[in-house]
Amino acid sequence: MSVRTNIPPINQMRMPLWQVRVRLAWKALKGSWALFSENPVGLVGIGLIVFFGLMAILHPILMATVWGKAVYDPIIGYDIDIIVHPSPPTWIPNASTEIVSLGPISPFRHILGTDPLGRDVLSQLMYSTQSEFALGIMASLVTVLIATTVGAVSAYYGGVVDMIFMRIADVILMLPFIPILIVLSAMFDFQMIHLAVVYGILAGFGGNTIVIKSQALAVKVKAYIEAARVAGGNDWHIIFTHLVPNLLPLSFLFMMVTVTGAVFAEAVLSFFGLVNIRMSWGIMIQITQAAGYLLVSWKYWYLMFPAGLAISLLCSAFYLVGRAMDAVVNPRLRKR
Amino acid sequence: MSLLLSVHDLTMHYATRKGEVSAVDNVCFDLAKGQSLGLVGESGCGKTSIAFALMRLLPENGLIKNGYIMLDGKDIVAMDYSELLKVRWRKIAMVFQAAMNALNPVYTVGQQITEALELHLSNISPAQARERIAILFELVGLDPVLMDRYPHEFSGGMRQRAVIAMALSCSPDIIIADEPTTALDVIVQDRILKRVRELQRELNMAMIYISHDIAVIAEVSDRIGVMYAGRMAEMAESADIFDRPMHPYTYALMGAFPSIKGKRRDLKTLPGEPPDLLDPPSGCRFHPRCPYATDVCREKQPDFMPVNGASRADLTHGHYVACWHPMQGVTL
Amino acid sequence: MTQTTYTDGTLVQVEGLKKHFPVGGGLFKRAKSQIYAVDDVNFSIQKGKSLGLVGESGCGKTTTGKMLTRLYDPTGGHIYLNDMELGQVDLAEVKGMQLKTFRRRVQMIFQDPYESLNPRRTIFDTVVEPLVVQGLGDLVEREERVANLLELVGMTPADTFMFRFPHELSGGQRQRVAIARALIIDPAFIVADEPTSMLDVSIRIGVMQLMQELADRFAVSYLYITHDLAVARYMCQDIAVMYLGKLVEMAETEELLAHPLHPYTQALISAVPIPDPRLQRETIEIKGGVAQPIDPPPHCRFYDRCPFADDFCRDNDHPLLEDKGDGHMVACHKV
Repeated sequence: MSVRTNIPPINQMRMPLWQVRVRLAWKALKGSWALFSENPVGLVGIGLIVFFGLMAILHPILMATVWGKAVYDPIIGYDIDIIVHPSPPTWIPNASTEIVSLGPISPFRHILGTDPLGRDVLSQLMYSTQSEFALGIMASLVTVLIATTVGAVSAYYGGVVDMIFMRIADVILMLPFIPILIVLSAMFDFQMIHLAVVYGILAGFGGNTIVIKSQALAVKVKAYIEAARVAGGNDWHIIFTHLVPNLLPLSFLFMMVTVTGAVFAEAVLSFFGLVNIRMSWGIMIQITQAAGYLLVSWKYWYLMFPAGLAISLLCSAFYLVGRAMDAVVNPRLRKR
Repeated sequence: MSLLLSVHDLTMHYATRKGEVSAVDNVCFDLAKGQSLGLVGESGCGKTSIAFALMRLLPENGLIKNGYIMLDGKDIVAMDYSELLKVRWRKIAMVFQAAMNALNPVYTVGQQITEALELHLSNISPAQARERIAILFELVGLDPVLMDRYPHEFSGGMRQRAVIAMALSCSPDIIIADEPTTALDVIVQDRILKRVRELQRELNMAMIYISHDIAVIAEVSDRIGVMYAGRMAEMAESADIFDRPMHPYTYALMGAFPSIKGKRRDLKTLPGEPPDLLDPPSGCRFHPRCPYATDVCREKQPDFMPVNGASRADLTHGHYVACWHPMQGVTL
Repeated sequence: MTQTTYTDGTLVQVEGLKKHFPVGGGLFKRAKSQIYAVDDVNFSIQKGKSLGLVGESGCGKTTTGKMLTRLYDPTGGHIYLNDMELGQVDLAEVKGMQLKTFRRRVQMIFQDPYESLNPRRTIFDTVVEPLVVQGLGDLVEREERVANLLELVGMTPADTFMFRFPHELSGGQRQRVAIARALIIDPAFIVADEPTSMLDVSIRIGVMQLMQELADRFAVSYLYITHDLAVARYMCQDIAVMYLGKLVEMAETEELLAHPLHPYTQALISAVPIPDPRLQRETIEIKGGVAQPIDPPPHCRFYDRCPFADDFCRDNDHPLLEDKGDGHMVACHKV
């Protein structure tokens, strides 16, 4: 390096840089976890997410081992031995009288009964968990990518760029979410992935951007940004090295909340039959409704509650995690 | 000179998630009527904590562990809320640090002072309150018409004066000023300091002036108390602190301030940093940085002792030091 | 004044520097008035010496400092830098890649030690950033240099500090890191914007002494911006006093403090508290307070407050800086 001063070098064995960074990241993670776990709400959320994760993992295992494909396939299975579908769970007290079947039925056969098309409800529930997770994560990744980038750029450049993005955000905020999705899905063929991306885009350019932008504005005026500019950093360097890392905690929080919204949106759209997916919790309710069993009587609770509860619980789980993350993101909310 | 306030062995801790921070430890001082005491020390030395303890305005995690604060024969530490109401603002008032933030932006300044008046002086009519505020404003050098303006219409110096007026509103016997001029420009600061000193003399009020700036303290105080790491290191008349500092920290502090008058002398750094009060050093808290520290300094905490025949009972006069090896007769 | 060859002593020559900010207006509306934050300022910084820029809030000293580091683009004027390798350059005019190269010559230390370090980056990342951005050295060399500099600013052993985060350091330590960052690319001069005003008094001296030692070792000059005359006296050989965007007096430190000629300087000096109860001082009273220089009238900016002002001062333009002997410059009609 061509520098004027000669400073005698220090000879020392130092740890490679990447190793140091890994260590630091691990320490930071442990610290965040300590703060996060102070709030019981967050732990409940994490517990639920783990529970659903297990469900998703368990399904292919069960399908490969205990459950035969003919009966238990969530989409094309059909239980021939039971004559009348939908049939209640096989462990209820009066199973022999309630269930019309060709022979004796083991109480573990259908833990949550069968749906009007003869498929096992529990299998459907567990199978859908995979796609719900995929949907949620995909949507939230898209949202975070868009909201963080747009928020940072908008805050940094200001002026016309800022104005355009903020007006887009205003328009999106004004429009009612679900009707827009309904209209879009009526025009295009929506599959899970399309829904995820579209939801992510709408959420990304909408309210989330405004919040992230205001956080970015607070960061933009800090002295270390000026120091980076004095050192010779160009705009991109400042945005990606300084601005975005300070926004990521907030983005992560939004990620959690986006999952909630995406899962819920999918449920609504599936209920209206507007999404081209073969199986999801929303589809389960939609089938129930189409066959005329929705809210008819308590006898058919197993057709409504499992799917509805699953949607509510998964949405709540991510929301609760988001709330508990507030303490990690916002130092002022921490207990002394 | 009658004794007004007596603080004895005041000890205060903050409970934090990492443990208890020993913010104030066995602090003793007395204040006589009309006397001005300056508390000087670095940030974290406990001077602001003492001010809050005197007003009983400590946050939830601030615990007074020991000691008493005697005012008019009653112990402030033991008072309940109704008794405190009679003491606060009427006997002791405070001018907070960052006075800009002490004013509520959605009310006029007059309304805020009226609130203080109504709370602490029962049966004061709105008209009487306005009259009183007008007098107060003139006392601090503000145009009385400003009482109906909002804080954002005031400049920094004017806001400071308004907050001082608020503190004076119930004619307290003691006023505590916590770094009131830190954020102000030199010329404005000078005016306010002069006015505060004049007021203090005119109204014969006792004052506790807290600052880290020894130049300001020197101009405003009759007596100076030097604090370090939660303890009172030395206390004496202002001139004595400068002429005959006895505690090594005081001596080091004197040498650390640049001045525009006198010879341009070389300043001496004090090595190290103030200690972490979560786990303070054993014995004398200054020993890690003290050039004269010996074994006894590391083991036992020195008592706050009178020097040259000063009284043990009445700390309003005389020279006091907490040091095993006080420096004798050193002039700068 | 035009570009001329300067003597070997001058490092930076500032001529006619201006910065005006529009008031009101926006994307589609033109501003009606201007704030004359810095108006026609001239001074020079000598090699091996430091200049103190002194004044109260709103006088334009921080804005001037930011123009020297091109955080603000000047509205007018020139900043001539005499660089050893590249000759004389006008910092006010350079753009693009040239600007980036010249950023190596000028660095800045900021006032707030809590805000000038990115809380999410390690000390190493913060100090090495100028090298990374300027593309200097490979990883090994950079690590070496960061370690060296941390040791020089007193953060020893460097290894224990390199991978800490700002919140684990005290204010004084953070400011030392900021100094290391400013020095790492070997600048010719550093703009220090009140670097010690937010530090504890006993820490201040240590940081100021460090800055002086490093100034000698690295052959760096400082533009030391402060409102504290005592600190300026300690750090700088020359002092320039600013008021409402104009330079009103400039002289060698001791000369300025002993014989202030401009009424504002006199009032300022008389208002500084003295850390000695035995010495008395008499304040020179000036009325009113500092306002913002929005569309100021052409006469002397100090006219409203000056105790010596008269009709001549009101009827004529703002006085120019004149040499009253031995390099003691004053801008006043009455001197």
